[in-house]
Amino acid sequence: MKTAGQPVPHESANGHVTGEALYTDDLAGRFPGLLHAWPVLAPHAHARVISLDAALARVEPGVIDILTGADVPGDGNTGPSRHDEPLFPDEVMFHQQPVAWVLADTLEAARLGASRVIAKYEPLPAILTIQEAIDAGSYLTDSLRIARGDLSALESSALRVEGELSLGGQEHFYLETQASIAWRDESGAISVHSSTQHPSETQEVIARVLGVPRHHITVECLRMGGAFGGKEVQANACAAIAALGVWKTGRAVSVRLTRQLDMALTGKRHPYLARYAAGFSSDGRIEALRLLLYSDGGWSLDLSEPIMWRSLFHCDNAYHLPAVEVTGRVCRTHKTSQTAFRGFGGPQAMVVIEDILAQAAQRLSLPAHVIRERNFYREGDTTHYGQEVEGADRILTIWQRLKKTSRFDERRSVVAAFNAQHAHVKRGIAITPVKFGISFTATFFNQGGALVLIYRDGSVQVNHGGTEMGQGLFTKIRQIAAESLGVAEERVRVMPTRTDKVPNTSATAASAGTDLNGAAVVDACRQITGRLGPVAASLPASATFADVCEAAYRQRIPLFAQGYYKTPDIHFDPVAGRGRPFYYFAYGAAVSEVEVDAFTGAHRLLRTDILEDVGDSVSPIVDRGQIEGGFIQGVGWLTLEELLWDDNGRVATDSASTYKLPSWSEVPEVFEVNFLERATQPGVVLGSKAVGEPPLMLAISVREAIREAVAAFGHGDVVTFASPATPERIFFAVRRVRMGSGVFTFSVPHPL
Amino acid sequence: MANDDREKSERSVSRRAFLKGGAIATGALSAALIPAVGAEAQLPDAVELDPRHSTVALKVNGVAYRKEIPNRTTLLQFLREDLKLTGTKMGCDRMQCGACTVIVNGRNVYSCTTLAVEAAGGEVLTIEGLAKDDVLHPIQQAFVEHSGYQCGFCTSGQIMSTKVFLDRMPNPTEDQARLALSGNLCRCAAYKKILESVMAASRLTRA
Repeated sequence: MKTAGQPVPHESANGHVTGEALYTDDLAGRFPGLLHAWPVLAPHAHARVISLDAALARVEPGVIDILTGADVPGDGNTGPSRHDEPLFPDEVMFHQQPVAWVLADTLEAARLGASRVIAKYEPLPAILTIQEAIDAGSYLTDSLRIARGDLSALESSALRVEGELSLGGQEHFYLETQASIAWRDESGAISVHSSTQHPSETQEVIARVLGVPRHHITVECLRMGGAFGGKEVQANACAAIAALGVWKTGRAVSVRLTRQLDMALTGKRHPYLARYAAGFSSDGRIEALRLLLYSDGGWSLDLSEPIMWRSLFHCDNAYHLPAVEVTGRVCRTHKTSQTAFRGFGGPQAMVVIEDILAQAAQRLSLPAHVIRERNFYREGDTTHYGQEVEGADRILTIWQRLKKTSRFDERRSVVAAFNAQHAHVKRGIAITPVKFGISFTATFFNQGGALVLIYRDGSVQVNHGGTEMGQGLFTKIRQIAAESLGVAEERVRVMPTRTDKVPNTSATAASAGTDLNGAAVVDACRQITGRLGPVAASLPASATFADVCEAAYRQRIPLFAQGYYKTPDIHFDPVAGRGRPFYYFAYGAAVSEVEVDAFTGAHRLLRTDILEDVGDSVSPIVDRGQIEGGFIQGVGWLTLEELLWDDNGRVATDSASTYKLPSWSEVPEVFEVNFLERATQPGVVLGSKAVGEPPLMLAISVREAIREAVAAFGHGDVVTFASPATPERIFFAVRRVRMGSGVFTFSVPHPL
Repeated sequence: MANDDREKSERSVSRRAFLKGGAIATGALSAALIPAVGAEAQLPDAVELDPRHSTVALKVNGVAYRKEIPNRTTLLQFLREDLKLTGTKMGCDRMQCGACTVIVNGRNVYSCTTLAVEAAGGEVLTIEGLAKDDVLHPIQQAFVEHSGYQCGFCTSGQIMSTKVFLDRMPNPTEDQARLALSGNLCRCAAYKKILESVMAASRLTRA
């Protein structure tokens, strides 16, 4: 029975195409008397709450109750690590922060009720940018640091590249907004349906807010309509409000954010500011790097510290840095609390090192791909935090194969010829690598659990700690379970994720969902097959799996098992900045070709070729989808999705009309995706490799291809631009290189 | 605006109370079956009683419904909350993402910004109405075979847009398909698989 490695359909395929696959808000009709919640929103980015008067709201038809800090029986704080997120703040810390919630029979009545609450504020000065935070000394963390080697090369190198790079954040825009429905069962305990990547933490936070033991709270996640990191922590507050509403009123409560509320209230990918100085030899080898990273963490810590750690870990991307000092600090600003987003701080740092290498290439008049290749890790090298780069030879293998299959060298010549013939439209082609560390950077999260139940008729239920958000985890788990038990997939049903089936789970994040939960499922299945083996041997060869199960039952052999897995051999000492934080690295590379229009700054993505190391793919359709989708999401982050805040700290881009999302036109016109062959990853479930996050950073090839195209408008000048590379930024970048080279001059000054 | 809303809300409550009094039996939540044709002519009695409410009669997936609703009820709310047809999703609520796409009288519309009363007298087709007797529609079959989704939240909208597109253009090019589906976002960016599904669906529906 071979199911793993096969291109099987999605586990919920029929549900998705018939509309029968349910998401949290689809369950609302099951709860008679369901109350709806709407927040009272503070109109300031920073203010003290002087008073709240809900008297008028209480007489609003349909309004049932108002939730304020006085209603919290436990600790009214949802901060996941540091308890720094009051549910009902005395001090408003970002524009539109909820200060109270209104519960009503309908969402409309709740909204009207919220508008009747009279809140008085004393506005306070707000910090809205990274630079303002640096100037004010406003930080959420101390400086985190990793260093090795002698930085004196910075002074003696043949070439020194210095500068700063500003990187914008990214809105998750999961199509299903944050949603929770809570109700009380007959024992008085509270159950919650939540669109959460981390049911155990949602359970923990609710228990904390209500001041009850965790066994009083059950959290279930059927599936999510996208999450991308945005429901790793940010689902907790919505779930806590729903649970508090039940606690107070006894009626089921739904908290479902509208799109505008979701974009105004929930955290995003961190904007970054990087300041750097790098020394290169005359042949383009990086000799030393000093890098200072600031992230905009928003008002509370959230996951900003481990995100910054991952930035420090990934400032090398695939390159050996002999001497490096990288320091990172999370700025506290009066904005939404920025949070996990696919890549988790890795992408920002990797864009920076690619930017530095590209500038060095231009300064040394060497092709960027040559400089990149010269700096690759080789087998036996260690990272700046002391981890051996196992499988480093795959970087060069992938690079060379991809250059060949994409006809990179030949197409560079074609691009050069095209550019020689066109004055106002130029093309650029670039190849960039990805090395991405797999494991949670907090070691203790690297564990997974499963509960496999087999019934006497041979049908199977698999419970595990992971959540399904579209990444295909449930499809893979089903394949892994079927493969491990030696049964057809149809026999295996993957159950919704519930905290009363597998406790104390980790978030489904860090690309590790299959590695951790899949291995736990294998562990459980092995125990069961170990017990069933002798039973099967005692039966005729014609016995079916169901016959074996029935016989085992009658022999009083248990048909269920719990499975467990913890990632071995990982550790990290944050004080020393040394360790082995990652179980392994995922590798890949992409070649992208773009065409930039000097009149508009717009570009077309003509072609992208990707070669990704997914180990032995458990589910090729799922993995391919993750690569294609991750890449396009990265293209969105780097070229069109721009978050803007106004002077009052309000998110100005609060809908899809002002926040441009990748659509059909961002898909490369030619899009070739392939897996590295014969790439079994030892020690990982079925020899596979994580695939959720790494492909996002393949999109850096598009940013670098745009840089090549812009450079073609000038005569060897260094091209720099902030991220995202929107048409506006590219338009001005083209102007700068044209002016710099003296080919064109403009009398009109332009903003940088 | 706030005052207007409040007035409306109070009125709607009194309206409901009035209805409870028994002046009109609306059949509560269970929709009464009536012929869809000529439904508009039967509306005025309700409108006279409260201009902020209307009785809409329309067909959804071949089944006729008649229900008294606030005028401002969107078709999406009507489908999801009144009829409990939750296969149609709310993504952006501002006709930008396409997750709420349904077919009204043969045209694909954003149900989040279409009022239910605008569809009165019409025929609405949602994702729940595509499969017949548990046999998937060829478009659904193609999406299954080509995995034209990841999280699935945009899928019903993608499929409904595809339905209208292929009804009008049974033998399209890939470029035509991209253009026709440009009103439907997929945040997972499963576009390549969606395109494969649409092209496969065109072959299946022609077969």
